[in-house]
Amino acid sequence: MQLQRRRDSSWRSRICLFIGVPLLICFLTGCGKRETRVEFGNREQILFKGNGGEPQELDPHVVTSVSEYHILMSLFEGLVSEDPHDLHPVPGVAESWDVSPDARVYTFHLRTNARWSNGDPVTARDFLESYKRILTPSLASEYSYMLFVVKNAQAYNEGKITDFNRVGYKALDDHTFRVTLDNPTPYFLPLLLHQSWYPVHLPTIRKYGDPYMRGSKWTRVGRFVGNGPFVLAKWRVNDIIAVRKSPTYWDRDRVRLNEIRFMPIESDETEERTFRAGQLHVTETLPLSKVDFYRKNYPDLLKIEPYLGSYFYYINVTKPPFNDKRVRRALALSIDRKSLANNVLRGGQLPAFCMTPPGTAGYTCRTQLHEDVAEAKRLMAEAGYPDGKGFPSIELLYNTLEAHRIIAESIQQMWKKNLGIDARLVNQEWKVFLDSQRMLNYQVCRTSWIGDYVDPNTFLDMFVTGGGNNRTGWSDLEYDQLIADAARTTDPQQRLEVFQKAETILLDELPIIPIYFYTHVFAQRPEVKGWYPTILDNHPFKYVYLEPNKN
Amino acid sequence: MFRFIAKRFLGMIPVLFVIATLTFFMVRLAPGGPFTAEKSIPPEIQKKLEAYYGLNKPLYNQYLDYMGNLLKGDLGPSFKYATWSVNELIWSSFPVSLELGCYALAIALILGLSAGVIAALRQNSAADHVSMSLAMLGICVPTFVMGPLLILVFGLGLGWVNASGWDSARDRILPSLTLGFIYAAYIARLARGGMLEILNQDFIRTAHAKGAPSTRIIFKHALKGGLLPVVTFLGPSIANIITGCFVVETIFQIPGLGRFFVTAAFNRDYTMVLGTVLFYAVLIIACNLVVDIVQVWLNPKLRFE
Repeated sequence: MQLQRRRDSSWRSRICLFIGVPLLICFLTGCGKRETRVEFGNREQILFKGNGGEPQELDPHVVTSVSEYHILMSLFEGLVSEDPHDLHPVPGVAESWDVSPDARVYTFHLRTNARWSNGDPVTARDFLESYKRILTPSLASEYSYMLFVVKNAQAYNEGKITDFNRVGYKALDDHTFRVTLDNPTPYFLPLLLHQSWYPVHLPTIRKYGDPYMRGSKWTRVGRFVGNGPFVLAKWRVNDIIAVRKSPTYWDRDRVRLNEIRFMPIESDETEERTFRAGQLHVTETLPLSKVDFYRKNYPDLLKIEPYLGSYFYYINVTKPPFNDKRVRRALALSIDRKSLANNVLRGGQLPAFCMTPPGTAGYTCRTQLHEDVAEAKRLMAEAGYPDGKGFPSIELLYNTLEAHRIIAESIQQMWKKNLGIDARLVNQEWKVFLDSQRMLNYQVCRTSWIGDYVDPNTFLDMFVTGGGNNRTGWSDLEYDQLIADAARTTDPQQRLEVFQKAETILLDELPIIPIYFYTHVFAQRPEVKGWYPTILDNHPFKYVYLEPNKN
Repeated sequence: MFRFIAKRFLGMIPVLFVIATLTFFMVRLAPGGPFTAEKSIPPEIQKKLEAYYGLNKPLYNQYLDYMGNLLKGDLGPSFKYATWSVNELIWSSFPVSLELGCYALAIALILGLSAGVIAALRQNSAADHVSMSLAMLGICVPTFVMGPLLILVFGLGLGWVNASGWDSARDRILPSLTLGFIYAAYIARLARGGMLEILNQDFIRTAHAKGAPSTRIIFKHALKGGLLPVVTFLGPSIANIITGCFVVETIFQIPGLGRFFVTAAFNRDYTMVLGTVLFYAVLIIACNLVVDIVQVWLNPKLRFE
């Protein structure tokens, strides 16, 4: 009896131990108020930023997407840099520049105190070699076309000439760099902000591979050399990319953040929860379903900013019934874009009645579509389909994503109600979808375009005959001519007039149906300062800092 | 025993060969390629890109090149993550998935086995019904509900743990639980079934009749046979659990291998698809081998086969 009890009590104490110890640990580690990452970041000037997906690379001549650009702009600096308020070009590595009277020759005067992160001076020669690298055909840089405004750059990139001295770049001395353009290009300086124009440190790249081929592994931590306000400190795939304030950057006194930690969180739901748990200062995006929740509960954290992007539908004009302009117009006129933006999208998106977002570099298209169901019906009748009678059932293609489905469903209903047209919704996985789009294997299909730089040209030159992104089969020689003219027009005002004409043709022919202009919807902590709404969603990090509210 | 293992190892080679071959050709059949992008690439650039990755060669040449490199253990460069090779990506992400998998497995075994065994011993009691209902729930509630739910309560509500990430020890708790629960549920049901079957057998009744203490009967006689279905289940499950789970890794932002299985296919990252599939295949085969050995040890009848 005695023995039994002792055994019992030892069991009991063991059970107590088993349950008690974890509870105690939990209590000691868990229940106390923990400092969140954001609070830690505020104290140490470390910005935690959601960054969408894992970057493909950190080589500015190889990468292609916006999420990489946001990291790269902390690691590199081009000839010019961006103003934090409106992204207009301000001096970067180049202290100043002169433009020739015909606006074809730019001479950049580089500052003498610009340094690479290994201490080497940044020279005109570095820029020359960098541009030679990105234009070398064997590197197969997907964004090399951003340099095609430069004399002979395209010919060199396509292998038509092999002497790089004939390309319009010249290093006059260590600190003077000259660029000669084919045409006066009003958006040349904004173009320089693009990652493809960043300099890279050739000796470093050479150390770890062939600089003119892909696969040089120079972008690893410890090897990486850049010339931006920050240097690469840590990179764990799918986990984190950390950049630390560079001690060699010429304008280091202005840089207030000590570190930026980019979190490559692919799922927007995960990112939102991470933000709400106090682990992020800024998110990359916000799920559509959470916008109303934030509007009600955290209106001060919700940010909705205009974004230079257009959401629209391509129409395959090569096949009936869409080879008839009247039918295309009828479809475009019978969409209630305002209701779509206000009731379906609800993220402050702007209904689109033209292709180029209004106010792009001072340009707003004067020709605007409008909603006119009566006119649409008349056009359909004229085309031989009164009240949709005899109109074949059509397919509306989109890539598999909830947001696209909702929009497609709304538009399907509008067409049914207004025109009596039956549209079948078809969704495809992303790469299959892109294939269908490219092969013109669709009737109507969803797409979007984000401006590469702030100029109407980026939205309009894509529709020239045979353009790689004109996946509609549409061709108009007058339009092509106007786009070519615009490139040659020196007078800025006159040039915008040429774009007016071009876009009017586009909106008359309608190989596309504009639907809405993007906004950038995301969440941001109030401590983040020096961060201004910009149309490209770029925020130069050297001006950003963290300042918790005192109260 | 040695001959048995050696035979199984030799048998692995043709299996892997077939898997590699099938996967190689199947990924290439999918529409779109690694360099299909929304913004079109100039055709010359596209050609150069394909040349760099050897995609311009005839398919059988590509196949021979790949197999040649495979023999050397080189899985090639990732098409999507240009600076990393597939070997590097697998070796950096697998330890994470392995660690998570081990925790989840431990949770699954502790919870699942105890619940299953208790349920079997107290068949049709409250304990049985409660634990089996929980197990049913565990099987039915998918990870993408369980994960966010746990985060909502313990991360956002109580603030005990982070909502995502894989930094501190604390970050391991919720993902391990999420992943562990599902497997615990399966294990509990299997353990209960196996135990019930054994407990009704004559030799158990004999043991009882001879006056052996019940703990001894359970641990010494019943468990060995009762857990056979669990062991069979564990083989492929272990391989599955330690190579990572796409859903759990996405919800908790864990830099594991599981995400690569899915994203590689979406990206048409041919080499990455092949690399992950082969890696998984090797693990499954290895785990099954271990399971076979354990089964032989648990079930003497198999020793003669």
